[in-house]
Amino acid sequence: MNDTIAAIATAQGVGAIAIIRVSGPEAFNIVSKIFSNKKFKDADSHTINYGYILDNGDKIDEVLVTKMIGPKTFTREDVVEINTHGGILITSKILELLLLNGCRLAEPGEFTKRAFLNGRIDLTEAEGIMDLINSKTDKAREMAINQMNGDASNMIHNLRDELAGIISNIEVNIDYPEYEDIEEMTLDKLSLSLKDLEDKVNRILVRSREGEYIKNGIKTVIIGRPNVGKSSLLNRLLGQNKAIVTDVLGTTRDTIEATMVLDNIILNLIDTAGIRETEDKVESIGVSKSLKLMDEADLVLFMLNYGEEITSDDKKILEKLKGKNYIIVVNKTDLDKKLDDSILDDPVYVSVLDNKNIDEIKDRIKELFNLEKLETDDLTYLTSARSQAILKQVLESVKDVKNGIKNYPIDMVEIDLKNIWNLLGEIIGESYDEELLDQLFSRFCVGK
Amino acid sequence: MDYEIIVVGGGHAGCEACLAAARKGHKTLLITGNINNIADMPCNPSIGGSAKGIVVREIDALGGEMGRNADKSLLQIKMLNFAKGPAVQSLRAQADKITYPKNMLNTLKNTPNLDIKEELVKDVLTENNKVTGVLLENGEIIKAQAVILTTGTYMNADILVGDTRKREGPHGEKPSNYLSDNLEKKGFVLKRLKTGTPPRIDKSSIDFSKTKLEPGDNVYHTFSFDNEPVYNIDKQVPCYLTYTTEETHKIILDNLTKASMYGGLSDIKGVGPRYCPSIEDKVVRFRDKPRHQLFLEPESIYYDDIYLQGFSNSMPHEIQEKMVHSLPGLENAKILKYAYSIEYDAIYPTQLKFSLETKLIENLFTAGQINGTSGYEEAACQGLIAGINASLKLEGKEPLILKRSEAYIGVLIDDLITKGIRDPYRLLTSRAEYRLLLRSDNADLRLKDKAREVGLLDDLSYEKFILKKKQISKAKEEFKEIKLTPKDNDYLSNITTPINEGISLYNILKRPEIKVSDLTCFLKNEYSSEVLNQVMIQTKYEGYIDKALKEVKKMEHYENKKIPEDINYDDMHNLASEAKQKLKEVRPLTVGQAMRISGVNPADISILLMQMKRGK
Repeated sequence: MNDTIAAIATAQGVGAIAIIRVSGPEAFNIVSKIFSNKKFKDADSHTINYGYILDNGDKIDEVLVTKMIGPKTFTREDVVEINTHGGILITSKILELLLLNGCRLAEPGEFTKRAFLNGRIDLTEAEGIMDLINSKTDKAREMAINQMNGDASNMIHNLRDELAGIISNIEVNIDYPEYEDIEEMTLDKLSLSLKDLEDKVNRILVRSREGEYIKNGIKTVIIGRPNVGKSSLLNRLLGQNKAIVTDVLGTTRDTIEATMVLDNIILNLIDTAGIRETEDKVESIGVSKSLKLMDEADLVLFMLNYGEEITSDDKKILEKLKGKNYIIVVNKTDLDKKLDDSILDDPVYVSVLDNKNIDEIKDRIKELFNLEKLETDDLTYLTSARSQAILKQVLESVKDVKNGIKNYPIDMVEIDLKNIWNLLGEIIGESYDEELLDQLFSRFCVGK
Repeated sequence: MDYEIIVVGGGHAGCEACLAAARKGHKTLLITGNINNIADMPCNPSIGGSAKGIVVREIDALGGEMGRNADKSLLQIKMLNFAKGPAVQSLRAQADKITYPKNMLNTLKNTPNLDIKEELVKDVLTENNKVTGVLLENGEIIKAQAVILTTGTYMNADILVGDTRKREGPHGEKPSNYLSDNLEKKGFVLKRLKTGTPPRIDKSSIDFSKTKLEPGDNVYHTFSFDNEPVYNIDKQVPCYLTYTTEETHKIILDNLTKASMYGGLSDIKGVGPRYCPSIEDKVVRFRDKPRHQLFLEPESIYYDDIYLQGFSNSMPHEIQEKMVHSLPGLENAKILKYAYSIEYDAIYPTQLKFSLETKLIENLFTAGQINGTSGYEEAACQGLIAGINASLKLEGKEPLILKRSEAYIGVLIDDLITKGIRDPYRLLTSRAEYRLLLRSDNADLRLKDKAREVGLLDDLSYEKFILKKKQISKAKEEFKEIKLTPKDNDYLSNITTPINEGISLYNILKRPEIKVSDLTCFLKNEYSSEVLNQVMIQTKYEGYIDKALKEVKKMEHYENKKIPEDINYDDMHNLASEAKQKLKEVRPLTVGQAMRISGVNPADISILLMQMKRGK
């Protein structure tokens, strides 16, 4: 941590202002080299300084530069934040100047890593911060804060305590085999406790998936044949909810058309077929692409035309909908009915054009995702993918234990129980894994 | 006369230490306060027990004496946890308190290169922090290149009964009054520990009809891999089981303040063992428990003392009388020896290296209760390791260090020097994270090669061992090669789940309901039951064993990550202060070791790893 790092701290390309953050022992010296304000070097801590960023005398941008002297900073090091006028070109140019003058480009999550290493935050807080940065709604923010406070880990602690009780009972039986007064942990008793553990882990996983919706939004795919009214529905949904059109440059979500907030939960609306329609009006929907999108979606809005018959493509999609969260939306109820809706499962009849019955779609979504319940529940979810992956491993080990119980003595089975105990410990940072730390920090977005 | 190695103390640690050193050809002197107390069993009359029995097997595999000696001195023997899996099975024997020490003394006397001297040691002599010899209490100086201290409970020993404190060792023996003070002067941090022993009862005064019989096993066992059983299975001496009563608990609670530990004595500093609490502790801590189990164990066929296991206390004699008489079968019991507690000095074990050499003084080794452990087996295995490593040091060779995945002995020593102790350390199965690998049945497979390497396994035993290993792999191959089909075999159609296609004996053996003896008739060659048992365990539990091996591998990554010797923990500002203090005290050699230090949490380890990366 002897070098000075720099990175763009705000999302690239959006917004009127971008911030470039610099942290490390040379932060003030390096910034002074490219900053017109000569008083900056001797300025007090936590001051904002006005001036220009200069490249060999050329003005690059008019900026405000915040100076913060360590240790009262996020990383506990000397920190500079340059507020520029945004835009990819200007921000990149300034970053480049900083790098030319002795900064190193920060690795993903490196600011947070430094904050952790310098004792500013602990590991669970670090995870929480990452979620906080990415949170888009109040609820998501609340959840991230909960994770930072350790509410999420309480649940795991409890599970682990119960397990420790079972394990120590088995071990006492092993170490003091002749003490008949000590209760014997039998395979039957163990099976009961195991069932309970499995239920709880499953419940946490379900809740975490719900938490996932809170944090990342519900990935909603609108599909249907051309002219069925997908784009109109999209616009209708958006228009009524003052939607924010998200900028998604360079992310994997480049298919998201728009984001809307429904009862504090984000819906990420996806409408790829729309693109195709503009390219070629007569091109039928790409069934295969739609199917792939459906696979990844949390929710499918499948649109049909009230005035048209169901095609074989439609039937293919209907078949694939089984087992997914979906709502069948029958549009254009103002037309004469040609649709055979007897094979449809509880469709919602709307007229997007006349803005009729749109709210019912929203109510259905709320119902499907239990949004009302989510709102009143305590917000203890395991939000990180890592934690959820470990919980799935826990379920695998539970399976091992169950198989073991049938064929092996209890002291063998206990080895898998210990494994479960260790896995749960990993979630709350009570087991050791070096890669865990590296993985964790590399997940942080550059800049925080 | 000068010696290469001096062992101070003739208990279980001392015996193994001096035997290992002498057997390795070093001129060795054992100094003991009383020759008649060599290999004495001042507490319970048993060798082995859960985890401890496996240690005895490990001692045997490494060329130590305890197992062989116990085999010669049995009253009864049992395989504990027989109904559970092979990983937790462990032998426990009642050993005769007269025969066991006698046999051990004979072995010592007949070992070349070994002299025994009756005296007390006052100080360890050093030059430039390196051992030069010992100073005896009579003023005599004996020179030596290495010294192994196995002082047991004798350093500044106090016997506590009720409100009395007396400066003496077990059985009224002379304590060692100077040695621990002199060690403290050299810079050692001492710790006061306490242990206790229950009363002994006259056998003829017990009504055994009110107790439950606890016989030995009706199959033969030996601790040693090389011994044939020498006892008669039908002539084993039984133990008996009885319980405390409500009246016992009332007597204890009414008189609690008279117990040394509960106010009878105000100056108790010693910390007693958590895993072997006194009966007062049990009654106080588990008030809702209506009764506690007590075992009546014979001490010897040569005298009548019955050891009342589970009843150790520090009550005055008259209260002990009342307590004992409240027990079923002991209403008219005659107490031959009263229970007492003993307080003694130990050195804090984080001052040791893995070799059991002290960090402060070169060529000074310590083993047994002086290192804060409790139990004969724990002492003996340390004595063996100290004896081996003192010898290897003089030979200019690398020390023998057993890993946690190789032996309970490795677990014990790593725990001691890495975690330190709060109370006398007892080995438990649950302390071993790889217990599936550390079995009673495979102690020889784990350790005999090492015994050979350090020179404690003679040619004949080694050849026998190599043959056994060959037999095991040959048998395993046969099990995999020989395939059976239901057509050519009636047997297969009878086993519970029908098998249709040809299936190897190995896969049949994997079925839980199949015993290895069910399949021996299909083998081409004959194998010993020991070999077949090994094949059975390795086959039936293969999945679990593989898992354990995977865990070992995972940890090895950390165990092999050496921490630079000159690392400066003060420079790591983000370390929790407790972690920093512990790391500075223990100075772990590897990241794996650092992880096991209590008070060092994963975040501290992360910081340590980062620091090490940066240092490169």
